[in-house]
Amino acid sequence: MSAPDIPSRAPARAVLPERGPEPVRITLTVNGVDRAVEVEPRVSLLDALRERLDLTGAKKGCDQGTCGACTVWVDGRRVLACLTLAITCEGREVTTIEGLAEGDELHAMQSAFIEQDAFQCGYCTPGQIMSAVALLKEGHASDDREIAEWMSGNICRCAAYPHIRAAIRTVRDRA
Amino acid sequence: MTTAPAVGRPVDRVDGRHKVTGGAHYSADVRPTDRAHAVLVGARVPSGRVTGIDTDEARQAGGVLAILTHENLPGIATQPPLLPSLAGMPAPGQTFFPLQDEVVHYSGQPVAVVVADTLERAQHAAALVRVTYQETPSVTTVAQGRDDAYVPDAIFGGFVPGRSVRGDVEAGLAAADVRIDATYTYAANHHNPIEPAATTAVWDGDQLTLYDATQGVAATQLTVAALLGLSPSKVRVLSHFVGGSFGCKAMIWAHPALAALAARHVGRPVKLSLTREQMFTSVGHREEQEQRIELGADKEGRLVALRHHKLSPTSPFDDWAEPSLGVASQLYACAHYEGVYRLFRANTMTPTFMRAPGEASGMFALECTMDDLAHQLGIDPVELRLRNYSETDPTTKNPWSSTGLKECYARGAERFGWHRRRPAPRSHRDGDWLIGYGMAAAGYPVYGPNNPQRARARLYADGTAVVQAATPDFGTGVATVMTQVAADALGLPWERCRFEGGDTALPGIAAAVGSAGAGMISAAVHTAAARLRDQLVAQAVADSQSPLHGADPAAVTVRDGRMMLRDAPATGETYGDLLHRNFLPDVEASGAWSPSPESHHYGMMTFGAQFAEVAVDPDLGVVRVRRMVGAFAPGRVLNPKTARSQLMGGMLWGLGQALLEANYMDPRRGRWVASGLGDYLVPVNADAPDIEVELVDVTDDIVNPLGVKGVGEIGQVGAAAALANALHHATGRRVRKLPVTIEDLL
Repeated sequence: MSAPDIPSRAPARAVLPERGPEPVRITLTVNGVDRAVEVEPRVSLLDALRERLDLTGAKKGCDQGTCGACTVWVDGRRVLACLTLAITCEGREVTTIEGLAEGDELHAMQSAFIEQDAFQCGYCTPGQIMSAVALLKEGHASDDREIAEWMSGNICRCAAYPHIRAAIRTVRDRA
Repeated sequence: MTTAPAVGRPVDRVDGRHKVTGGAHYSADVRPTDRAHAVLVGARVPSGRVTGIDTDEARQAGGVLAILTHENLPGIATQPPLLPSLAGMPAPGQTFFPLQDEVVHYSGQPVAVVVADTLERAQHAAALVRVTYQETPSVTTVAQGRDDAYVPDAIFGGFVPGRSVRGDVEAGLAAADVRIDATYTYAANHHNPIEPAATTAVWDGDQLTLYDATQGVAATQLTVAALLGLSPSKVRVLSHFVGGSFGCKAMIWAHPALAALAARHVGRPVKLSLTREQMFTSVGHREEQEQRIELGADKEGRLVALRHHKLSPTSPFDDWAEPSLGVASQLYACAHYEGVYRLFRANTMTPTFMRAPGEASGMFALECTMDDLAHQLGIDPVELRLRNYSETDPTTKNPWSSTGLKECYARGAERFGWHRRRPAPRSHRDGDWLIGYGMAAAGYPVYGPNNPQRARARLYADGTAVVQAATPDFGTGVATVMTQVAADALGLPWERCRFEGGDTALPGIAAAVGSAGAGMISAAVHTAAARLRDQLVAQAVADSQSPLHGADPAAVTVRDGRMMLRDAPATGETYGDLLHRNFLPDVEASGAWSPSPESHHYGMMTFGAQFAEVAVDPDLGVVRVRRMVGAFAPGRVLNPKTARSQLMGGMLWGLGQALLEANYMDPRRGRWVASGLGDYLVPVNADAPDIEVELVDVTDDIVNPLGVKGVGEIGQVGAAAALANALHHATGRRVRKLPVTIEDLL
């Protein structure tokens, strides 16, 4: 089983001033929009999105990095938002499921998930879709076996897995 | 012009767009202004007393609003009895409510609730609450409790007797040509929906609103009202999207009432989400169990006697076991039978429904034993089951309302390619891999609700309709299929209908449990929508300005929202014409449905057959499930797309049950060994082969108006047995425990 990528170490930067533990004001770029938010440094990116920025698309399934429901992109790479501190995302581009469609026009992966019935309860679906789109960009969708391996960090308890693979294949083959 | 019926079409889910855009709001996504966060503190010992709770440090942490313990939490008003939520009454998962006194009955039992202004502060303060205990010896495992077992009068909220007998099992066994005596052991299982249970509680004066992740909004409403001593009229429960349940949100546990009490205490809305770890100790589980089967058959493989005993731990408060013996006693003709549940008191919360509750475990034992019998007698496993096919329900001698079981065997075998199976174990190979084929039968009862199920249909003058019933959607696709049901009853395209649910303000529906949801809700929706159509037709034929004036209502049909004479379709008008002319912005009708008295004279069961192919590496013991084929006869299929998905999901739950899912109590500590998805393994994408689902068409005029028998659980029944039987075929090893793990095959 492969966990989704976590971001590689940030490029060398100047040493940042120590902040916290009280709330500090940070600016996050989420879905292309700068959002200022007051958070304690211990606040996860997931809780910042869900509890402070009204972006509840990313879900909390375990808060332990095991389920993948909180998968979002940071600088275009999939990360587990529950294991990422919000304050470490300053200056990075955060993309959530709410940022995937172009207005009313769904992303091809979103449409494929509906067509293939690649979900039931829908709770893991935002994370599945964020992983699935990233998977194609990563080049990890050559066959079903590779898709299955690289999607195994996103648990679907309704077990829509064969349909999730079908949705990913559909988008891959249309491209 | 004819419009094809909407029912039976593989329509995409109507809530799909919400679910793929992050626009579906689950209970923990609700963000009332000024909300606070509650975090539970669980007992660290399995048995004993709380001797002290030091909250000083926690109180001094920032943002803490309240710390509630048995010393300051108001007592509950009444403790309702444990009754399955399908009964439509208060439905506590156990008859114990925490924080009432200092006694600790099980590890993880809530001993404090910490409320703070942010989640992080609540979590931090919860970690600073110092609880001291006087620990007493605990019992948590079958090995520890075996000698203290008793046979209860009844289990399962009183619905299932502790002992069932027909014929004379001892004499039957003595007369049998072949006997098999086998004991099966099962690890405990946890539901682990990806959405943890969560409740957001909001008070407005004495009016309480709960946003709760539940399989039944009325169950939450009635249970919390009883616990808090409120009138149900003061409690509204909303649950629009639920992130999976699989039974752990079928009964109402302590957290919704605790959220309400905490919110009242701090005078702010309170959100209480269980952590993943707390999901192992707060919402029930499938109990550890041991089942013994003694089976007697004649030389041709026909069963003459079956003794099936189960032993399992229950809580200190309730006589609960999942009813593992039910379907296993009903599937085959067998004159002599004895089924006995034995329980022992343990330091655990009350176990609960978990997908195919009882059927999945009981049928594992029976169907592995049947495979054993087939192997010993040299009879093909499918043929053995056909020889034992029962034309009637063996427990009552009543006829089946519908079956389809023989067709399931035939079509499943055909699709799987069963004829290619060579009977001897270890006779198929693929390179280094041993290949095995296995099969098993499946059955799941058709349950009916205990009280009327209600729905309301409203047609607007623009020709669109809304149908309402209080049921939440936890992944079943209920909003989609009820839209289809309403459309056909009203004579409208499904795109012009919309379903609203998940709110106790809407007409009442019992909790959607036991695969009963689709049957009973479609019955209510169909009844309401058909009544509305009849009402509109009656109004048209009575209206002197209508082209249908004076017509026999029975001669009128409706298509695409236009009422017309069946034999002269040019004569008619649309619903909209009628409403506009009569200054009616909308028209509404309600409907209610209860199972017919006639249904009590039938055996009602959904049938199926499971087939599986496994590959086993004989050196490493590694198992790969190559494919699974399930054939099911679930009555009318409202939407084959969503139905297939549920059946597929059930089959993959069978895979998890067979090969992955396990939790064990540490007998020294009295705690679960696994407490997260990193150690309680559920199937991931790489575990899941492609699944083939064959739908066998059966008509059923008895179960409910549309003949719907349900698809939520049957997919899991028999799946683990088919896999274990395939493992035997591959390796020659008969593993009688779940899950089967590598060491069992080395």
